[in-house]
Amino acid sequence: MVESLTINATPAARYVLRLADTCLIHAQRLAEWCGHGPVLEEDIALTNMALDLLGQSRALLTHAAALDGQGLDEDQLAFLRDEGQFFNLTLAEQPLRRSSAHAPGGDFADTVLRNFLLATWLKAVWQGLATSADLTLAAIAAKALKEARYHQQHAADWVVRLGDGTDESARRLRASLDSAWPYVSEFFTDDEVDNAAVATRLGPARGSLREAWLAEVGAVFADARLSVPKWSRYIATGTRGVHSEHMGFILAEMQSLQRRFPGGRW
Amino acid sequence: MSSEARGEWPLWEVFVRPKAGLDHKHCGSLHAADSKMAIQLAREVYTRRQEGTSVWVVRSSDVTASDPADKDMYFDPMEDKVYRHPSFYALPESVDHM
Repeated sequence: MVESLTINATPAARYVLRLADTCLIHAQRLAEWCGHGPVLEEDIALTNMALDLLGQSRALLTHAAALDGQGLDEDQLAFLRDEGQFFNLTLAEQPLRRSSAHAPGGDFADTVLRNFLLATWLKAVWQGLATSADLTLAAIAAKALKEARYHQQHAADWVVRLGDGTDESARRLRASLDSAWPYVSEFFTDDEVDNAAVATRLGPARGSLREAWLAEVGAVFADARLSVPKWSRYIATGTRGVHSEHMGFILAEMQSLQRRFPGGRW
Repeated sequence: MSSEARGEWPLWEVFVRPKAGLDHKHCGSLHAADSKMAIQLAREVYTRRQEGTSVWVVRSSDVTASDPADKDMYFDPMEDKVYRHPSFYALPESVDHM
């Protein structure tokens, strides 16, 4: 086994890693659908989105490595950090598929809803980063925004289909919303990393994204016959490196090859 | 029994335009609940490798096809009419790429 590495958690590196890790872990979860989608075409759609997110995360990890200044690369950051060094939104790491080896998982509605909540958030983040003083980050955001706009539309259409579909699909979507919503407060909770990002014009504070996000989500929810729940007072802590019990299992699966065969390449 | 009667999504034919100025070309088919979903899934399934700049979808049931049994009377008579190809004329150099 190869030793874990520790990054210099400067606010700038933390800010970029938070986004990189959210994309990476969300991609890993969506990729679990590969070969298991409800229909062939949607299986391909979910995997395409996972690959878009993985591409975004690779660009961000490479940039975070540069900001970190230890000469690390994207693979080392993805595969050799321990749980406490990952800063993704906690919702992204929750189980999606019932047959995940290590999780009870849930319903296709969970995937639809999570993808919608996260894609809408990511879209707002990329829009905010387009004017970043960090030109590399602005360029990554400009490319990613096109992908996120499609993800958001695709997921929004599914939310409406299920919410305004049959009684059964509406019931399941509401159940998905009930279980996902407590994690949403974290999307908009500022901390010292956000404050530093605003001060250095690196990017927007999370809290500033809330209004635009809520307007977009609310419009789709109205079409889907869902009401926007009250904000949860629980604030999840993934972006501070304190994760739910599912995170370790994801990393075990994702990192095992690089840990066993350090530096191994295809 | 049709696929729809079995509760499956209907079949759509997909046409992709590779770049501006070219025709939409038939490239395959897929299942989708409605035209909006068919366009999105066509994008997912048939333009993953930058094949397209525009997509059309048409319900397969809306396509009327010639009867394969008519193939001989419909198409075979053209076999010996090579003079219908405009290949017996010398073209001026300026239009030589036709």
